[in-house]
Amino acid sequence: MVNLTINNQKVTVEDGITIMEAARRNNIHIPSLCYLQGIHQAGACRICVVEVEGAKNLQASCITQVAEGMVVHTNTERVRRARKMLYELMLSDHSQDCLTCSRNLSCEFQALGKLLGVDDTRFEGERSPFQVDASVSVTRDMTKCILCRRCVTVCNEIQGVGAMSPQNRGFKTEIGPAMKLPLGKVNCALCGQCTIVCPVGALNETDSTRDVWEALSDPRKFTVVQVAPAVRVALGEEFGLPAGSRVTGKLAAALRRLGFKRVFDTNFAADLTIMEEVTEFLTRARDALTGKGAVLPMITSCSPGWIKFIEHNFYELLNHLSTCKSPHCMLGALVKSFYAESINVKPENIYTVSVMPCTAKKFEIEREEMVNNGNKNVDAVITTRELAQMIKTAGIDFLTLPDEEFDNPLGLSTGAADIFGLTGGVMEAALRTAYELVTGREIPFDGLHVTPIVGLEQIKTATIKFIDVLPEYSFMEGLELKVAVTSGLAGARMLMEQLAKGESPYHFIEVMGCPGGCMMGGGQPRSSDPDVREKRMSGLYSEDESKQYRKSHENPYIKLLYEKYLGEPNGPKSHELLHTHYVPRGKFNELTTEDFVIEIDESTKRRVARATRQEAKVPALVKAEPETVSARILELEAENRKLKSELQDTQETVEIMKLVLSKYSKQG
Amino acid sequence: MTAETAKEALSLEEKERAYAQIANVIDLYRRKEDSLVQILHLAQEIYGHLPLELQQFISREMNIPLSQVSGVVSFYSFFSTVPRGRHTIRVCLGTACYVRGGKKIVEYLQDKLQVELGGTTDDGSFTFEVARCIGACGLAPAFMIDDTVYKQVNVNKLDKILGQYY
Repeated sequence: MVNLTINNQKVTVEDGITIMEAARRNNIHIPSLCYLQGIHQAGACRICVVEVEGAKNLQASCITQVAEGMVVHTNTERVRRARKMLYELMLSDHSQDCLTCSRNLSCEFQALGKLLGVDDTRFEGERSPFQVDASVSVTRDMTKCILCRRCVTVCNEIQGVGAMSPQNRGFKTEIGPAMKLPLGKVNCALCGQCTIVCPVGALNETDSTRDVWEALSDPRKFTVVQVAPAVRVALGEEFGLPAGSRVTGKLAAALRRLGFKRVFDTNFAADLTIMEEVTEFLTRARDALTGKGAVLPMITSCSPGWIKFIEHNFYELLNHLSTCKSPHCMLGALVKSFYAESINVKPENIYTVSVMPCTAKKFEIEREEMVNNGNKNVDAVITTRELAQMIKTAGIDFLTLPDEEFDNPLGLSTGAADIFGLTGGVMEAALRTAYELVTGREIPFDGLHVTPIVGLEQIKTATIKFIDVLPEYSFMEGLELKVAVTSGLAGARMLMEQLAKGESPYHFIEVMGCPGGCMMGGGQPRSSDPDVREKRMSGLYSEDESKQYRKSHENPYIKLLYEKYLGEPNGPKSHELLHTHYVPRGKFNELTTEDFVIEIDESTKRRVARATRQEAKVPALVKAEPETVSARILELEAENRKLKSELQDTQETVEIMKLVLSKYSKQG
Repeated sequence: MTAETAKEALSLEEKERAYAQIANVIDLYRRKEDSLVQILHLAQEIYGHLPLELQQFISREMNIPLSQVSGVVSFYSFFSTVPRGRHTIRVCLGTACYVRGGKKIVEYLQDKLQVELGGTTDDGSFTFEVARCIGACGLAPAFMIDDTVYKQVNVNKLDKILGQYY
């Protein structure tokens, strides 16, 4: 334990923590900007500076560790002035069009200005070169970037992707891919984790709400919407509810009020995915165990960010991926075939929208493979955040909505589908069905939860022994099925490196691209609740437990769908509609000509034009106002002192040289 | 264009040899991330400049994300991503050289070679840069071509000096 004084208050805290943490634990709030507890502690923005007695300079409290006897002041005039000055300097290179920014009123930078009491912008000067770069999933607007580097940490360290890093130096520093390459042309997984941590509007999902509004107001379009499992435990946060609140019923009601003709549930397709994926797995297992040879482990394919990651980095392992499309693309394909036929609407006139916790899903629907009979499976993907925005724009009072049901037949789902939204969920859902298909008995875990793979650890493993199997699955008798579950691409990389070396002991691997799974996806609400993961997770588990059916194969509409339309799992019709293949892309996208860059939209272009005009008007100089003048005077005086001492040094050297010369000339 | 002419200077065979040499350098440094700057330095020495393709090669060999390699390359002004001339002229503009006419040398060379500061001549002969101080203040004004220092130069001597490099 360490004893120190913060703002004249004697406190005792544990060793090794930072001043910021020590202060927080004693209810002293130090303003910060780039700091993200446990993730990004780099001292980059320096807003959290404090005065430490005995130290010459102000110290960044997010990286300075407490020490015995330390005396800290977090709220002196010097500290307040420094923070304001830092803020204004950051503001001077920020586009400042807050009123038309998607982060207006949800911007951390804006909130900080208010907190610090900044009421003036003293610095007007050159702005960094303007750049907006749009990929199908993520848009980078570098005019808003304040160089906090949170995205760099998340992309490089948490996800281990490394698509963006600081480029150039000093004033020209820009966070982005190498050599000004656009995001849509590099190894970015488009997972959108950077959009979650960005404190300003610099990194965002690429807007799709315009297209969706247009479709909704087009009388020729038959609009069909579907919702991913993770959305129902997060959307409420955008309306002030605590993290993890289940709003499934209100969600269905809101979508109906937005004007969608049918409100379906991606969960239905999650159940369908389990039927297809488990069948695929059991076929591979049979072939492997009966000596025919098959590629194992099989790896799940629901997460498009993960798919893009493996296509870039481990493309030699693509045959390990399940060929199943992700659930929402399956549902889209069914809506435009099976459902279109049943209601007698031409698939061309159907507009399918998916509400997803994910930015990579926006990329997925643009893949050439996600097309059947010339129709895109899904026409537009909006994130949870975008849906919240649409509900607000439409004037729907979300919190007072009644609970409504999804439309059938593509709206009924089992509890197994709900847990697709969290790490370990797809594997658990698959095991619930696989175990029962093979043995005729329920999987022997309390509450059907496969406990070893429940939780938020990076890599989780389990072994399930199959004994007393049904005769048709005799090849599984005695098998100790080894499974691994990971979420986040850094964990995926570890498992793939193991696999590439031929050392993977597993039969079946679940990968979700975002740490924690879809519930923490790049399209989810940005949360300031430190327990958001646990809360959303328990929301999804309780959604699962509340269901009448808990296992995908029990879903009556799934059975009906196979009877009436698809035939059997992995049958020809399934293969046509529900399965896909993958594209080797290469580390630098060098193996394909496909890219996911899009043109920036009209409103952004107008903004670019406006900013350029502004830049021409503002001369590149610092407006000197009283306080700045004093700072400049101090600076000049310091320089003067430095020059004087240098001059003195030089004069001394000259004297010495003269002395030496005179000695030599005397000798000579 | 400037870039194209100089690029042609490396034949396919030379390029392959250069890549092999660079791979060797990376091995010598045991693919350690900490050695990236030295490796880039030597790679530029070998290849002449550090184009995207070469950065990708280094990124792959060292298992460092391309954006990080490019981040380092773009950070240091010594690294160049475009082809450099066969020779590099660095005119000293440190205090001593400046007061003794360094600027006149810059102006003369710019005019004669038709090249911007930091640029490369159209024929790919020279890349033109200025240096802050090359430590030859007593010999001011000085400038360097590659590793050779030319001392107490004046505009009249320049043509003769440059002539040796064509």
